[in-house]
Amino acid sequence: MKKKLDHDEVREVALLARLELCDKEVEEFATQLSSILGYIEKLDELDTDDVEPLAHSLPINNVFREDIPHECLSRDKALGNAPDADDEFFMVPKILDDNSNG
Amino acid sequence: MSDNILSLSCKQLCDKILAKEITSVEAVEAVFNNIEKFEPKVGAYVSFDKDRALGEAAKIDKRIANGENPGPLAGVPVAVKDNMTTDFGTTSCASKILAEFKAPYTSTAVSKLIDAGAVIIGKLNMDEFAMGSSTENSGVKQTYNPWNLDCVPGGSSGGSAAAVAAQMCFASLGSDTGGSIRQPASFCGVVGLKPTYGRVSRWGLVAYGSSLDQIGPLSKDVTDAALMLNVIAGDDKRDSTCVDESIAPVNDYLCDLDTPIDGLKIAIVPEFIESASDEVAAAINNSIEVYKKQGAEIVEISMPHFEYAIATYYIVATAEASSNLARFDGVRYGHRSDDIKSYIDVYSKSREEGFGQEVKRRIMLGTYALSSGYYDAYYLKALKVRNLIRKDFTQAFEKADCIIMPVSPTTAFKVGEKTQDPLQMYMADIYTIAANLSGVPAVSIPCGFDGENMPIGLQILGPSFQEDKLLRVARMYEANSGIEYKKPAILD
Repeated sequence: MKKKLDHDEVREVALLARLELCDKEVEEFATQLSSILGYIEKLDELDTDDVEPLAHSLPINNVFREDIPHECLSRDKALGNAPDADDEFFMVPKILDDNSNG
Repeated sequence: MSDNILSLSCKQLCDKILAKEITSVEAVEAVFNNIEKFEPKVGAYVSFDKDRALGEAAKIDKRIANGENPGPLAGVPVAVKDNMTTDFGTTSCASKILAEFKAPYTSTAVSKLIDAGAVIIGKLNMDEFAMGSSTENSGVKQTYNPWNLDCVPGGSSGGSAAAVAAQMCFASLGSDTGGSIRQPASFCGVVGLKPTYGRVSRWGLVAYGSSLDQIGPLSKDVTDAALMLNVIAGDDKRDSTCVDESIAPVNDYLCDLDTPIDGLKIAIVPEFIESASDEVAAAINNSIEVYKKQGAEIVEISMPHFEYAIATYYIVATAEASSNLARFDGVRYGHRSDDIKSYIDVYSKSREEGFGQEVKRRIMLGTYALSSGYYDAYYLKALKVRNLIRKDFTQAFEKADCIIMPVSPTTAFKVGEKTQDPLQMYMADIYTIAANLSGVPAVSIPCGFDGENMPIGLQILGPSFQEDKLLRVARMYEANSGIEYKKPAILD
């Protein structure tokens, strides 16, 4: 499966990734990603039908602790790096327009 | 006096500080003298704070004057890669998206350095979000190799390696996702250790590929690597992937370091050595002779799935990165675009303006690999091959105590030489990536120079959680190689 990404596919992936690419970037990424994916097809040389996937090199287990309240990040610190905040909340632009009836 | 201080190792400096022969303030002053001289040429630091460092050093000196022992790094000036949070200064990951980010807490590894008495000098340059092999992807500046200022220092922990080589700190921390400690260590002629996955807490390390990332030291010699690992290793309840010490105990990596291993069996894969450049291959073959002279047995093995490591890595790492970097959304921290017309612009435009090209490329690749219809063909396939690569290691360690191979196929390349072709840049990671996919520890130690006087690194890989043995093997080479100690010409 020689995979070539066309410009529309690149734009679709960019939307999924929430990246607003300019036309030049779309063109560059179409070429570069196609070339990288072409190389990655090397993996198809291997028969992996009977191989278990390995997501992690170690067994991963949940780590539990007693449900005891403890000190956490203060609101001031948590809001300290926000691009926009008031005394209590992160501020973002309006999501719904004024005519929306919910 | 200042020159004498700077050529000391961490261990030697700490001993002298505790013996009150040198003060920590003097050591910090000496480091900043070098920073003044060389930082404009090398560009290893993203940020540093001399006043803060001198203040911390004075506190250490005072504690020693009061008869206290502040710890195994008492008064030693060290620096950390800028992807580890510190509750002082900024933590930028060398990215415009985090340019002003002031972390509200300090990462576990850095806290442990401070608790051991170390004085943090500053934060070191890197490829943006640790994505790169040359530090050319930094959104802040280029770092240059102290051995030849036309060359890259390697990456992504390029600042961490260059700062140690140029004696602008005594040791540093880097992070290694696909070779990002070992390759710059090799390019800059210093020691770089990637511990076993789970040995060092990743809490406060800004995530790139969470199943691959590991923090480790870069240092002047193997003893300092062991000393630094002693300080940073161990379980951390705030990182669920950190390994329980009852399962894998943390050893004292210094205590038997100088004791050679009897009956050492070293595995080599002949074609890995042959496929490196002639000068790198010659240096690796010379190091094999050094081990043979000490009675080591060399076992030739094959690792048939190793050649698939790069393809596997660039799916696994980018898939994890695309998920991890979704947190940079322009809402809670980091850059937000001024050009917002709809709510989706908060994400898309902020990310477009804040991320550099390589980061975008990897987010795109990872998003594609995880997207509907392609998940099985790319991501699942890569995880299966990852298992095969790990089996190669399991089988190798049934036959030998460790494996040796090059760190990189070449010595440091010129700035700009590989930036036009991302795939060529990825190919340079051929020898380092498999250790991250398998979780095993690996160390890079200097093993000679090429015809241009650029350092060459020897890579030693060992079984999981056997860093004690791995470092002893490294020390056996260091103590017996007979390689003349050189320092970068820039320092003369």
